[in-house]
Amino acid sequence: MALKTRTRSYGSPNRFEVASWYFMRVSGAALLVLAVFHLFYMHVIAGVDAITFEWIVNERWNGPLGMFWRTYDLALLLFALLHGANGARWVIDDYIHGRGANLAVKSALYVLTAILILMGMQVIFTVPLHSQQTALSALVTALGR
Amino acid sequence: MASIVASIWEGITYRGREGHWAWLLHRVSGLGILLFLALHIVDIYLIGVGKEIFEAFLFFYHSAPFKVLVMGLLFGVYYHAFNGVRIILVDFWPERFSNWKTQRLMFRVVIVLTLLAFIPSAIATVAPLFNLHMPWWNH
Repeated sequence: MALKTRTRSYGSPNRFEVASWYFMRVSGAALLVLAVFHLFYMHVIAGVDAITFEWIVNERWNGPLGMFWRTYDLALLLFALLHGANGARWVIDDYIHGRGANLAVKSALYVLTAILILMGMQVIFTVPLHSQQTALSALVTALGR
Repeated sequence: MASIVASIWEGITYRGREGHWAWLLHRVSGLGILLFLALHIVDIYLIGVGKEIFEAFLFFYHSAPFKVLVMGLLFGVYYHAFNGVRIILVDFWPERFSNWKTQRLMFRVVIVLTLLAFIPSAIATVAPLFNLHMPWWNH
């Protein structure tokens, strides 16, 4: 019996669920910094009226820290959306037990998640870059000023 | 469909005090944040489409009715973040954090931290409606 339990813990389909459980903790810890700072910065430190088209294109994504913020926003996009989509998957499994309905709703969730990731990545990557820099060089330049 | 309504209703009316409230708020805030995130990705995507359409969206965001939703978002994100720390502590160090007295204390700490972050954010959110500015804002 004990041997059976031991063999089942290796290579069982639940390995995915263990990875998913662990991912929620790791991405959650990352989002504790990334999302909370993003929200507090935009709403309290900068104020939402400071956020305009020009500010995002010329300051946030092209200022001295332009590549740093693009990398930050990309990390926030991926962590937040994957964390949220996985949470929604758990909620769907909790409430929708019919096999067909469960599959249909989860499939819609995955398609929407993929579309949103592509939309977010496209805008971060395609807003024109005014200067040659990397996330690291942007940070070094800003710290050296 | 009836079973979905029944399980949701059970999740709301279960009388489990702090642990139940913490779970319910975490779930509701998580789903709310995900809905806003989807909307937020679409609005940032509009930067690549054009300035006019993006600024039309900003106008909608800055309207008074939307500020109510923004307040919910701010409370939800802070709560979800701090309650998430509580969950991590309980999951990784159960022998230290999973007894009910520590759990109840941690839930209260989570609420206090949430309010500490939420109150300045809420003031900053409604300030523009009354033509008020935080002293450090330069717009």
